[in-house]
Amino acid sequence: MTTMVSARVRADRRSALWQVDWMLVIGVVALAAIGAVLVWSATFQRPALTGGDEHAYLVKHAMNFGLGLVLAVAAALVDHRWVRILTPFAYLAAVAGLVLVLVPGVGEVVNGSRSWIRLPGLSVQPSEFAKLTVIVAMALLIAERLEVNRHDDARTVDIVQALAIAAAPVTLVVLQPDLGTVMVMGALVAGVIAVSGVSKRWLLGLVAAAVLAAAVALELHVLKDYQLARFAAFADPSQDPRGIGYNVNQARIAIGNGGVFGQGLFHGSQTQNSFVPEQHTDFVFTVAGEELGLLGAGGIILLFAIVLWRACRIAVKARDTFGRLVATGIVCWFGFQAFENIGMTLGIMPVTGLPLPFVSYGGSSMFACLLAVGLLQNIHLRATRTRHVR
Amino acid sequence: MSWSPLLGMDPVRKTPLRPRLRLLVIQVLLLSLLATLFGRLWWLQVVATEQLQQAAVLNRAREVLVPATRGSIVDARGRTLVGNRVSLVITVDRAVITKLPAAQARAALSRLANVLGQSYAELEARTKLCGEPGASKPPVCWNGSPYQPIPVAKDVSEQVAIEIMERREDFPGIVADSAALRAYPAPYGMNAAHVLGYLSPITTGELDAIEQSGADPVTHRSDLVGRAGVERTYDRLLRGTPGVKSVTVDNLGRANGVEKQTAPVPGSTLVTSIDARLQALVERELRTAIMTARKTHDKITERKYVADSGAAVVMDTTTGQVVAMTSYPSYDPGVWVGGISQRELNALYSQAAGTPLLSRATQGQLAPGSTFKPITTAGAMTNGYSKRTRLDCSSFFEVGNRRFKNYESASHGMMSFDQALALSCDTFFYRIAYNLWLDEGGSSGNVDARDPLVEMAKKWGLGRPTGIDLPSESGGRIADRKWKKEYYDAQKDYYCALAEKPKPGMSSFLKQFAREFCVDGWRYRAGDAVNFAIGQGDTTLTPLQLATVYSALSNGGTLWQPRVAEAHISPAGHRTPFPPKSRGKVPVPDSTLRYIDDALRDTVRTGTAAWKFTGFPLDKVPLRAKTGTAERYGKQTTSWLASYTDRYAVVMMISQAGTGSGASGDAVRHIWEGIYGIKGNTVDPRASVLAR
Repeated sequence: MTTMVSARVRADRRSALWQVDWMLVIGVVALAAIGAVLVWSATFQRPALTGGDEHAYLVKHAMNFGLGLVLAVAAALVDHRWVRILTPFAYLAAVAGLVLVLVPGVGEVVNGSRSWIRLPGLSVQPSEFAKLTVIVAMALLIAERLEVNRHDDARTVDIVQALAIAAAPVTLVVLQPDLGTVMVMGALVAGVIAVSGVSKRWLLGLVAAAVLAAAVALELHVLKDYQLARFAAFADPSQDPRGIGYNVNQARIAIGNGGVFGQGLFHGSQTQNSFVPEQHTDFVFTVAGEELGLLGAGGIILLFAIVLWRACRIAVKARDTFGRLVATGIVCWFGFQAFENIGMTLGIMPVTGLPLPFVSYGGSSMFACLLAVGLLQNIHLRATRTRHVR
Repeated sequence: MSWSPLLGMDPVRKTPLRPRLRLLVIQVLLLSLLATLFGRLWWLQVVATEQLQQAAVLNRAREVLVPATRGSIVDARGRTLVGNRVSLVITVDRAVITKLPAAQARAALSRLANVLGQSYAELEARTKLCGEPGASKPPVCWNGSPYQPIPVAKDVSEQVAIEIMERREDFPGIVADSAALRAYPAPYGMNAAHVLGYLSPITTGELDAIEQSGADPVTHRSDLVGRAGVERTYDRLLRGTPGVKSVTVDNLGRANGVEKQTAPVPGSTLVTSIDARLQALVERELRTAIMTARKTHDKITERKYVADSGAAVVMDTTTGQVVAMTSYPSYDPGVWVGGISQRELNALYSQAAGTPLLSRATQGQLAPGSTFKPITTAGAMTNGYSKRTRLDCSSFFEVGNRRFKNYESASHGMMSFDQALALSCDTFFYRIAYNLWLDEGGSSGNVDARDPLVEMAKKWGLGRPTGIDLPSESGGRIADRKWKKEYYDAQKDYYCALAEKPKPGMSSFLKQFAREFCVDGWRYRAGDAVNFAIGQGDTTLTPLQLATVYSALSNGGTLWQPRVAEAHISPAGHRTPFPPKSRGKVPVPDSTLRYIDDALRDTVRTGTAAWKFTGFPLDKVPLRAKTGTAERYGKQTTSWLASYTDRYAVVMMISQAGTGSGASGDAVRHIWEGIYGIKGNTVDPRASVLAR
């Protein structure tokens, strides 16, 4: 029996290539490819940024994607038990990174947040990886409890412990402060807990607590002035035309300028004349909006719908609780972050410093997101293989 | 590869129901979020796209005005009086700076301050609009159009310009460009600031006025506007039409493409009738005369003459064109170029410096003294008097209980008009004025009584501006019955209060004056009438007005409208002259005019100015002249000398400098010698400063 199973596993490994969720792969590759072109268009006329090499960012984006792909393949093929074993270490490393980033001199302040560690040759944004580790750590804790107790649904004590695990990184990110990442973490924590099977009362309680926390934060002025300004500008861009309202306004003009068919790649006047700040990173969607129009920008939204659909499907079909919760967390992460990022460029969400997964230029985000895709494939392969074994 | 539906059966291990439902909810939630995004995207790109596309155009398209070269101003010989020079200028474009995030704008300006060697506060103050919160007072703040790039430094070195242009990322909205600035080459050392004028930036108020008048304010927004002299009068001609360049710009205002362009049309060249060489001579002579007067002892006040100001006008009597005109003190029109400092501005308006902005030739209003007598003569000879009239030139003339003395109480016996003019006999004209005054009804209250002398003065253009093509000309004043009544009504309360309660230390003359004025100051007394006849009292005129009067004597009675501009030449080279403009003829018979003209020849031969013109070749240059020494209460006398030939009139006035011939005689003689090329008693037309 054992020999037979192991033979089958070997056969499956060979055919893993065929069992990969190709729909998900295509979606992600398409997003990254569009991203590369958009980043290129946003930077090729900015020698101050590129140092004169028009293709600098195109190449860098492609390289990030290539490296990320290697990480993804590794994550997809590694045995799920190794994932479980590595999870506590990854969690500790993420927390350590988030602590390190707060140390003045190590952490670098960009746009008001201390969220970067600058190393020679590259900068790392620990909060990008922290999102993934929070998902995996919470999922591991809840899954272990359910398996040990042979329950279908998580109990109160499990949830409290899972929340405690999330609390440390979230608090550290609040200290940076990086409002966007805090919001994304809130969304993925909520998703993981919801799917852990906890009772409805718990869910409603959590929602109420979140609302309360937001109210208290406002009252006690936990938010920095500039963060409040961003919210105010989100409500009324004309209020602060020289500050963040400028970004919101220029982004809206860029997207509206695209119309249905766009101004054509490399031909958006807002883009090519650098009217939209942070355009190759956080505001990359505006390049699509202006140069590719409704067709291109709508296409990006459609690709995200495909990615989220496949990720959800993987969550539903996951073989075990751990896989299901990890997939759920990733779905909530990608979904909310994409919504927040695109929503901010469209003027329906406040401006925060979040990249658009796969599309925005940025190594940390690309690696973390592709690692997550690798894990999704891992969960998917395990579920598919198990089906074949039976 | 399996394509089972979302809630499809899992053959291995069924996912528990609750998580599956929760996942379904999450899926629906995410789908609705994406749908929201798409909805908003649709709204922006389909519904609102037109408006946003316009916003994008406004963002990137900018109309840049290509300033037209302002026309130069040349003299009658084509010598440049006002030209242009090229200077490297640094400008700050508010349209760009104000759009940048505050920190970025601040950083850019402080970098610029560093490069220019100015302080940040100083530089920032210059980029603020006057009236905006936190702005300082003019002229430090920007009083021009908010759309116009603000010049913050002129004549910068090439090195600074290159530094700024090479690091454009660091200097958003900041441009180093060559600009044409006004230049004053001052041929022969001439100044003529009051004739030429100066420029300063157009104000927001003026732009609003242009907009209200229906014209396009955009084409004016980068303009410097003429503020005085011919720069102001002929501003439109000189200014030209700026070109408009539609360019695309990036977020830092850097142009990266030209969409369309119209070329600027340069301004016309203004040809003036000024002769630079004569102008320089006149300026020099007036200055010398003033300096000499300041060293001369005044027997009346027992101190040196103050000689605070003066003016001189040389007019072509056949056309009314001004050949030279100067006012002392003057200023350097170059101080306005590229922005004037508060200190320089204060000096221009200061009393201590003699208010140099004021043009004494067109704005200085002073009693004409005896230079007025030809008008009195004309008035008398058209109202009952004649060449045969003989009256006593006694040492004084008594009106009521007051004695009106002849100049230095001289007595010359019976004489006719010609001698009275040449010797400038006051008592002769007193008698005439007194008789006419009696005929009009004496000191009766009839304000509308006909006064032939007043009427004649008006006919010679006194009491109103001559209409010269220079701004802010004064018209002088005819102190007639009507004026006296108006003056009384305005001043009655003041003098009555003064009469009742004299101020301590007030002179007895002033006390008596206040008392009398309070009772019947409105009355046109015999004293007023006799003073009027000899150009003393409250009647005033400008040196320019007097020049037109003596031009009329020269040309047989035509009153010209004086002009500085002779023609303008379009950029294409087409010359359009400004034809001379007559204001009509004085209503005096030719014989009378000839009689007066003859009498004035004697002034330099045997009369009041003869001692200054000994040896002057009067046979070759038949000069006519009239001196004037006008009294001013509390001041030294004003020196007037009006003279003319058949072609030119020269009038000089020096305030607080003594007699007409004493203070101005030498200077006027030198001017005549220059005009006709006189050396000793020989005349050499080739030696004339006007010779071609």
